[in-house]
Amino acid sequence: MVGNTENTDLTRAKKAQKFNLWLGLIGMFMMFAALSSGYIVYTASGIDKGLKTTLPNTFILSTLAIVVSSITIQLAFNAAKKKDKPKQKLFLLITMVLGIVFFASQIHSWNVLSERGIFFVSNNASQSFLYIFTGMHLAHIIAGLIVLARAYFGVSSDIPAEKSYFRIELANIFWHFLDILWIYIYVFLLLNQ
Amino acid sequence: MSSTVISHDAAHHDSHGHHQESFLSKYIFSMDHKMIAKQFLITGIIMAVFAMVLSILFRIQLAWPDKEFPLLEVFLGKWAEGGRIKPDFFLSLVTIHGTIMVFFVLTAGLSGTFSNLLIPYQIGARDMASPLMNMLSYWSFLIACIVMVASFFIESGPASAGWTIYPPLSAVPTSISGSGLGQTLWLVSMTFFIVSQVMGGVNYISTILNMRTEGMDLWKMPLTIWALFLTAIVGLLSFPVLVSAVVLLIFDRSFGTSFYLSDLVVQGQILPNEGGSPILFQHLFWFLGHPEVYIVVMPALGLTSEVISTNSRKPIFGYHAMVYSLIGITVLSFIVWGHHMFVTGMNPFLGGVFMITTLIIAVPSAVKGFNYLATLWRGNIRFTPAMMFAIGLVSFFISGGLTGLFLGNATLDINLHDTYFVVAHFHLVMGSASIFGMLCGVYHWYPKMFGRMMNAKLGYLHFWLTFLGAYLVFFPMHFMGIDGVPRRYYAFTEFPFMEKWVSVNVLVTWAAIVAGLGQLAFIYNFFSSIWFGKKATQNPWNSNTLEWTTPVEHIHGNWPGEIPAVHRWPYDYSKPGAEQDFIPQTVPFSETMSSNMPHDFEGNEEAERIQEEWNAKNK
Ligand code: HEM
Ligand SMILES: [Cu+2]
Repeated sequence: MVGNTENTDLTRAKKAQKFNLWLGLIGMFMMFAALSSGYIVYTASGIDKGLKTTLPNTFILSTLAIVVSSITIQLAFNAAKKKDKPKQKLFLLITMVLGIVFFASQIHSWNVLSERGIFFVSNNASQSFLYIFTGMHLAHIIAGLIVLARAYFGVSSDIPAEKSYFRIELANIFWHFLDILWIYIYVFLLLNQ
Repeated sequence: MSSTVISHDAAHHDSHGHHQESFLSKYIFSMDHKMIAKQFLITGIIMAVFAMVLSILFRIQLAWPDKEFPLLEVFLGKWAEGGRIKPDFFLSLVTIHGTIMVFFVLTAGLSGTFSNLLIPYQIGARDMASPLMNMLSYWSFLIACIVMVASFFIESGPASAGWTIYPPLSAVPTSISGSGLGQTLWLVSMTFFIVSQVMGGVNYISTILNMRTEGMDLWKMPLTIWALFLTAIVGLLSFPVLVSAVVLLIFDRSFGTSFYLSDLVVQGQILPNEGGSPILFQHLFWFLGHPEVYIVVMPALGLTSEVISTNSRKPIFGYHAMVYSLIGITVLSFIVWGHHMFVTGMNPFLGGVFMITTLIIAVPSAVKGFNYLATLWRGNIRFTPAMMFAIGLVSFFISGGLTGLFLGNATLDINLHDTYFVVAHFHLVMGSASIFGMLCGVYHWYPKMFGRMMNAKLGYLHFWLTFLGAYLVFFPMHFMGIDGVPRRYYAFTEFPFMEKWVSVNVLVTWAAIVAGLGQLAFIYNFFSSIWFGKKATQNPWNSNTLEWTTPVEHIHGNWPGEIPAVHRWPYDYSKPGAEQDFIPQTVPFSETMSSNMPHDFEGNEEAERIQEEWNAKNK
């Protein structure tokens, strides 16, 4: 009886925590929704506004990296379901590497942009927005990498299997969100370039 | 009752085992929702007193712009050289007063206190979904408070761009002394504040959706819970938008971007920023700002619904209508923000759209007003101090809401915008109404929080001083506004057409001082009753909701045994045929055969049949 109630309590707490994560994602999404509408309002305020450039091709590399990483985190999660530790570790590691590739590629895109004369500090804030979108997303990527690392150490250390499974589950949701968020930003910018 | 809802025994508890509670873990780093509620409340009260003192200071300036008060210099030093408050500091006072009242008192203080106290209690949960996040939420709030207050102790003074921190004033650090470090601290403080709100809000939503006790379906939840729930949703959707607005502002301030800035000359210097639009900030700000005003008032409405029903000894009139109007307000509050911007040169068509949505939001607000009155109508009213404040809220909500209808008309607003008429409107409908809702909640749930009763006589004194004071302070402002007197002006003596209003300002300031002193009755009552109040009984107001089934002494996990299951809605007051004039939610229908109504059974035929048999037998 006692064990039983403890269990329901625990699953309940987990359910609630997972739910919290979803709510958090809604909040993060609202932040980017606000930036998008800010961008639209600003860009519509004059014909001299707008990106006035094409997006750097490095964004395509970033997109590839993060889409593949979304697949690998899913594979890691699937491995966790099957309790396959080595595979979990492998795929988590690949995901993290891809996350870092994404990060580097985004930073590189900033270099490409500034070589074209498009700077963060600019009298055309549409161009500044480009940096804001990618920068804010990268801030989330950093958080995502920490979450992934936590999941990785959860698998390699000897914390209870359930706990480490739960970490991967949450990391999986969060990382997919970051992927979808980037695609949203990319498409949004493509439509506005 | 065979319902097993998580029995509570010493062995369990999610993340932390049972341990001896030290002073630190009990009072400071507490994760217990009841303690966190008290922390929010007491912090909120302290901040409210602080903000009130600020308002008295700027009221003194407005009433006696030419007089010198050497005492002010003693306390304020260079901000009141020669005994007169400096113009820059006047703006700081107005700014921080607004910020603290809106965000720290009526958002965090109100929602934080009552969400924490009542959500677990009234839905039948041991604690919040995530007690740790809950604790962090309080701690970020406290840091936010400390940073905000600390900005008074820096060389250049606190922020002074208004609680709405419109650029360019807030974005150009050299524009006014308060826009320097003071504004930076303001932004830091608000960042912590938003973190606190989001963590708290996520927790409230999740707790309500995941942790309700058996039988507590959504339509059996008290209106307090509905209000707190929808408030948290509004907060979750709107505060992140403020984050975005603030991020852009920070880059404009410190990194030279031009999101909001353009064509500026400050102190003879041409600023390099070009091409930005301050209107963009207003859009982003009011997308949060308008929902924010409902974040402030909805919890107050929820608390009063409960108190009015309990103390009228009547079911709340139109429970479903109350819930639907809260939902209506929640949705509509996101599409009316443009009414704060009618004079920014927006396209008249867009202005028309915002005007229509604004007038539509008055409908659910009015529904709530009517339902309160209908609940009071022919009720068996008990005028407890909490009830007095609840009725006070209804009064302010109506008188302040009516002026909203004037402001909502773009044509009228062009004249009234940024005048004292707006100040009157929102201080009645938001300021006074929410403060009264909060005080009503404090008086009503004090026995639950501290196990003792507050002194009723002091409560009535407090009520009348505050109620009359608030009307005397804010009602005359309508007339000033209609005469075109702008808000936030430092001295009425500088403009011939405003000079006639100085005498009214004297009245207003005296009223504010008296009402301010009236709060001493509350402060004394509140703090002394913690130790010396009359001991409370378990259910002092004969109320139906679950929190009154818990023991007076606080225990970890709220209920000593199983969490009770819920069988009925929370408003069975004065039900015909019942033995008492209240039937708690935990009483099953099988124990109240003499008062059951056909619709109580929600179509359960078996139960209806049993009831009919009983009725036939007991004719
Ligand atoms: C009955 C429905 C309401 C309508 C139609 C309405 C309409 C308006 C309008 C048009 C303004 C802008 C005035 C201006 O700046 O020129 C305004 C300002 C304001 N309203 Fe309302 N309002 C309503 C209810 C409320 C409620 C319930 C609250 C808060 C609980 C509230 C809080 C405020 C605040 C804080 C401001 C002023 C903000 C500022 O400029 O500092 N209003 N209202
Ligand atoms: Cu509004």
